[in-house]
Amino acid sequence: MTDPDAKLQLARQFIEAIPHSRALGMRLDALGEGAAEISMPYDLRLVGDPRTGVIHGGAVSALMDTCCGAAVMSHPGSAAGTATIDLRIDYMRAATPGQRIVARAEVYHITRTVAFLRATAHDDDTARPVATATGAFTVERPKGGQV
Amino acid sequence: MRKPLEPVQVVKTRRDAALRALVSGVPYIQFLGIEFDRRGDELTAVLPFDDKLIGNPLLPAIHGGVTAAFLEVTAIIELSWSLLWEDMEAGRIDLATLDPLHLPRLPKTIDFTVDYLRSGLPRDAYARARVNRSGRRYASVHVEAWQDNRTRLFAQATGHFLMPPPPGTDD
Repeated sequence: MTDPDAKLQLARQFIEAIPHSRALGMRLDALGEGAAEISMPYDLRLVGDPRTGVIHGGAVSALMDTCCGAAVMSHPGSAAGTATIDLRIDYMRAATPGQRIVARAEVYHITRTVAFLRATAHDDDTARPVATATGAFTVERPKGGQV
Repeated sequence: MRKPLEPVQVVKTRRDAALRALVSGVPYIQFLGIEFDRRGDELTAVLPFDDKLIGNPLLPAIHGGVTAAFLEVTAIIELSWSLLWEDMEAGRIDLATLDPLHLPRLPKTIDFTVDYLRSGLPRDAYARARVNRSGRRYASVHVEAWQDNRTRLFAQATGHFLMPPPPGTDD
């Protein structure tokens, strides 16, 4: 791989070209080899409970899914893209209204065809996660090429 | 003696008002553009296609997170609707005060597992949820989503929910 800053820059452009990620204001904060961190700002349009102002779980799912996808694509063994096979989210607590939500995902195992992921999401209180996720994603390799 | 049957229009107006109050008060449902069709007590969620729902611009395909959110919204509304139905039909809910801030509390998601069966096409999507178990504290709900063909699901999900406390109790 080339210089890490260039890689992050490229991945940022990729994430920002996804219309739904842009609609939610997602920002790629860090990228490793099979790991990613993506965050999104608090937004009144994403509120799920008007009484409390808490963000809807669905928006947290969208963040987790994007972050897991980015982690798969950053893995050296998976270059050509990925799709979600399944994703399970556990909601630990309501995200605090007004705070940014940060998701971190890592590929903890990868085969020729499937990547297994774990992810967590938190707000300003990093000690208590808002949600955790586990998922399986497809591994799509460039046609005819060796990875 | 039997109570006289209500005129059909009165019944429809009441049910539609309750559903509208439930759905229109949630900003995120409006953001995604999800609508609900009602036939008696059966609900079908409709997600009209929009460019901002795209997750893969090359295919193009609906974002996996949008699919998850669509299924979760459908599950929560179905569960809330089933809780609301009896009170509404028995006239225990005052429709005059039925605005988003006076609705019974919404159930909270404990966990949600989405199974992605095929990619979501740039078309309208539909979903229906089934409450498989609804206890005093917990509920289990299954949801199915399709696009052009009812039998070709593009995603399904199962979620567990924490029930809202009954009215009049503090939590």
